[in-house]
Amino acid sequence: MLKISNLQVAYGGIEAVKGIDLEVPEGKIVTLIGANGAGKSTTLRAIVNLVKSKAGSITYNGEELLGLDTTKVVDKGITLVPEGRHVFPDLTVLENLKIGAYMRKDNLDADIKHIYSLFPRLEERSWQAAGTLSGGEQQMLAVGRAMMSRPKLLMMDEPSLGLAPLVVQGIFDIIETLNKEGMTILLIEQNANMALRVADYAYVLETGKITKAGTGRELLADESIKEAYLGKSQRNK
Amino acid sequence: MNETQNSLGAYLKLHWKTAVFLVVLLIGIGLADIFVDSYMRRLLNLCAIYVIVSLAMNLVNGFTGQFSLGQAGFMAIGAYTVAIFTVPVESRTAIFYLEPMAPFLANIQLPFVVALILGGLASVVVAFFIGSPCLRLRGDYLAIATLGFSEIIRIVFTNTQSITNGALGIKSIPTISSLWWTYGTALLIIIATILLVYSSYGRAFKSIREDEIAAEAMGVGLFKTKMTSFLIGAFFTGIGGGLFAALLGTVDPKQFYFTLTYNFLLIIVLGGMGSISGTIIASFLVTLGQEALRFLDEPMAFGLDLPIFRPGLRMVVFSFLLMIIVLFYRKGLMGTNELTWDFMAQKFQSIKKKLSRKKTSTEGGGK
Repeated sequence: MLKISNLQVAYGGIEAVKGIDLEVPEGKIVTLIGANGAGKSTTLRAIVNLVKSKAGSITYNGEELLGLDTTKVVDKGITLVPEGRHVFPDLTVLENLKIGAYMRKDNLDADIKHIYSLFPRLEERSWQAAGTLSGGEQQMLAVGRAMMSRPKLLMMDEPSLGLAPLVVQGIFDIIETLNKEGMTILLIEQNANMALRVADYAYVLETGKITKAGTGRELLADESIKEAYLGKSQRNK
Repeated sequence: MNETQNSLGAYLKLHWKTAVFLVVLLIGIGLADIFVDSYMRRLLNLCAIYVIVSLAMNLVNGFTGQFSLGQAGFMAIGAYTVAIFTVPVESRTAIFYLEPMAPFLANIQLPFVVALILGGLASVVVAFFIGSPCLRLRGDYLAIATLGFSEIIRIVFTNTQSITNGALGIKSIPTISSLWWTYGTALLIIIATILLVYSSYGRAFKSIREDEIAAEAMGVGLFKTKMTSFLIGAFFTGIGGGLFAALLGTVDPKQFYFTLTYNFLLIIVLGGMGSISGTIIASFLVTLGQEALRFLDEPMAFGLDLPIFRPGLRMVVFSFLLMIIVLFYRKGLMGTNELTWDFMAQKFQSIKKKLSRKKTSTEGGGK
């Protein structure tokens, strides 16, 4: 579905992504794990063209995305849930959801109902300003808002950031539910443990390069991954 | 957008209070138009014009979150367009006595409405050229750039003698005195703004104000949307400027100093950035308030000859009152709320509750 080859992105003189190859097959959950500054977020931002890429190609169902406006990329069915949630704090939950469907011109009622059924908490708070929600609810809203554009590929940038373990579990449950409904998901995480458990396929990114790739289960069992990201003694079981 | 497809009857049933209010308002304007004296008429007209321009400014600054200070410049364009195209051809040689009017303009005279709309469109064209570079800037830089451009417009008007009559200004513009012109336009613009703000475009404006990164990720084209808001704002401001010229009957560059912009900035900050009804309330409050305090400028106030009552005291007191308001209403009078029927009912309930609580507490203290 999405194919990235030899992607390079630089901020001024600093190369953040140094030529990576990556593939997201349709209907799968693919995760990209790595430490801070590895270039994970940059990769996602390059896909929707929020940052300019230096070289390489990104194709989506055979179409080149590089150089397309963000608006057009979203229109093609790729939506980003930005890191740190970025809900619109002074707008109500419902307004937030409606902005998610900005590119669509048809009726939204069914989608809003669907999202409320996935996240009943959002329905309870639909007239509340999004800034007054808790972190977990804001993350739900960010996911719901992204779904309003009916994406075929949903990209999530660290959905577990700053959330309590129980809430993180809830978010990952939702990710699996969405995937079962047929959505393709590209997930970026520092919480490698959780990410690898749900992922069909995983890539490990280190300082701008992909150092390992494999199915989620393979990487979970990998000794060097355990050492670097999971804690070797497996304290968290 | 589905709501608008409902039949008129259903709409009226839902919004009968608003409909009644509108009818009462129109009758009120009609009565005022017949009965008020010329001083009050001038003031009320000015209020309506301030409503128009402040709303336009609020659309850009409050709803879209782009801090633009070019209002005076766009008003000048609208005002001069109306002035140039509506002054009777016969009196033009008398007005342009230093340098005759440019021949391609000298014989064109348009009806007021056409000139007014032309003024709005001229503002839009200029706003487009100002906006293309400026809207890529953010925050303070945008404010400085638009302020600069507004001054440039004024200086260009001061120096194009054969078109704008330079510093002499243009006199004997056919004036409007009926309240219907200003209030009719203001009503139309208020309705247009309400429809706009609650449409998906309005949501896009607000999303940019709230979070540019997220807005862009949702597919909102940042530059295009900011430009849309800026151009609509410029159009309304141009119309406001045109009405201003026709109200005063004269334009000259000095009216459009950047200090004029601050009047509108004051109104939108006071009323609440991102509140339509707040802007309307504040427009009336500021315009009428400045007049009501005029007695402070006169040496004889309250029948006493106090030395502090001298020209300028009015503004001191006015600023002081503003400081108090801003101190207690940090987000403006309305914040981002609107004065809807629900909002008023809510306020009424909370006041009632507060009063009854006070009553019980004093009763309790009495016993």
